[in-house]
Amino acid sequence: MNQDFEPAILAFVCNWCTYTAADLAGTSRMTQQPNVRLVRMMCTGMVDPKYVIKSLLSGADGVLISGCHPGDCHYQNGNYKARRRVRLLNEILSQFGIDRRRVRLTWVGASEGQEFAATVNNFINDLRELGPLDSRGLAAL
Amino acid sequence: MATTARIQIDGQGPVVALQGFFRRLLEDESLSGVMLPVHLFRHGMPMPTLVTRPDQLDRADPLAPAFPMNSAKLVSRLTRGATGERIAVVMRPCEIRAFIELVKLNQGSLEEVILIGMDCPGAFDNAHYKEFLGDREGMAASVQFHASLSNGGLAGGFELAPACRVCEYPSPHGADMVIGLHGADLGSAIPVMATSARGEALLGAMGLPEESPDDRREKALAALTATRVQARDAMMEQVSARTGTLEQLAEYLSGCVNCYNCRVACPVCYCKECVFNTDVFEHKPWQYLGWAKRKGSLKLPTDTVFYHLTRMAHMSTACVGCGQCSNACPNGVEVVELFRTVAARTQAGFDYLPGLSLDQAPPLTVFKEDEFQDTVSHLA
Repeated sequence: MNQDFEPAILAFVCNWCTYTAADLAGTSRMTQQPNVRLVRMMCTGMVDPKYVIKSLLSGADGVLISGCHPGDCHYQNGNYKARRRVRLLNEILSQFGIDRRRVRLTWVGASEGQEFAATVNNFINDLRELGPLDSRGLAAL
Repeated sequence: MATTARIQIDGQGPVVALQGFFRRLLEDESLSGVMLPVHLFRHGMPMPTLVTRPDQLDRADPLAPAFPMNSAKLVSRLTRGATGERIAVVMRPCEIRAFIELVKLNQGSLEEVILIGMDCPGAFDNAHYKEFLGDREGMAASVQFHASLSNGGLAGGFELAPACRVCEYPSPHGADMVIGLHGADLGSAIPVMATSARGEALLGAMGLPEESPDDRREKALAALTATRVQARDAMMEQVSARTGTLEQLAEYLSGCVNCYNCRVACPVCYCKECVFNTDVFEHKPWQYLGWAKRKGSLKLPTDTVFYHLTRMAHMSTACVGCGQCSNACPNGVEVVELFRTVAARTQAGFDYLPGLSLDQAPPLTVFKEDEFQDTVSHLA
């Protein structure tokens, strides 16, 4: 594992579940590595695939998409739509050598601060093992 | 389906015989017009033309090995909204598949249109069609094209368009009527099959002689499909090997000048306004400088790989592999090879076969509660 490498993670989290969980993890003073930048979305169902693509091409080593558990979506079914989009992105991005583990979809409910902190720490550790994404050094993207 | 009729070919050749067929079809009072490729000029490109008067069919040429655009987009325009009248459209298999995709996306309707599918041996891209045509008259050249194909291959070093060489659907699916060119002897007759109830009614009313069934077409189709599948798999393997990393992908796309012609030519890219034309991409001068400073240099125009990856996310599940993207590319980027390779994966990922069935919903328009569990990460 490359300890000098600090992965950059962009996390698209839904307002109703995971963002609240992240808040809870913070106010509960849980230890998290500081490599994640959160983007609060109203729903994972509005995470456009191009946000994920742009993130990876612009220096993110991994993208986290996290929302409500199945059945708990504030908008009924946004998380199911997100799951199909992540499935699509997995197929496209892995064709070009972007490891599937770099785009991660999880369900973290509003009360699961502990799970949020663990999800983030696990993801960062996985990315440390995967190393930087090669887009970081490319001028032509 | 039951009826197989016979288009008799006399001394004037198959193009004239087909014109006669469409003239007779147009006489049916349930049809107001027929859209098919017409040589509007002696040496120009045959273009899809909506013909309402039978005498205007004199220069119609559904056999021309030219493919200037995917007519699915045109048929979408002709069928978006009711006219109260019915037309027939003559299309290649990939055009029909693209149109079925558009119908599923509410961009067209099958209500007032009869789809007449042509068996398709493939066609040239625009540059090579011009070269192939040379000084010859268009319709004569089309007959020679089909004659040389049945004699074992194209003479003079001509090759079909890259998309056609790897096309595993040389016969129409979802048409009302199919003109069976594969295995047909263009010196004697072309079989026409009714493949729907509407097609059956129309064809039955034409009073053409019946064709006794034989297996020549099936055999020719099976042989052609097998060759194409082999070529397709080899092509995809080669593209995968050339685009295994982001850097390789950027190199593969290095000729791209962000003209977006591929998107304009794509029959299933149907958005009225593409995000890449909006002010999301109207960057400020200081932004470019900032990006350049971050990495030391910045390729211009920017967002080339981003554009292609986004287009893959938008349309690859609907890609029918017609190859118009490559035909429209001014810089010879092998667009269709790349998109077909990715599309094979995204389509397999959703068990989706574009353009073959109206009942199969486009993958990103539906969802199930209990699916793709392996796409979601869970804490160990």
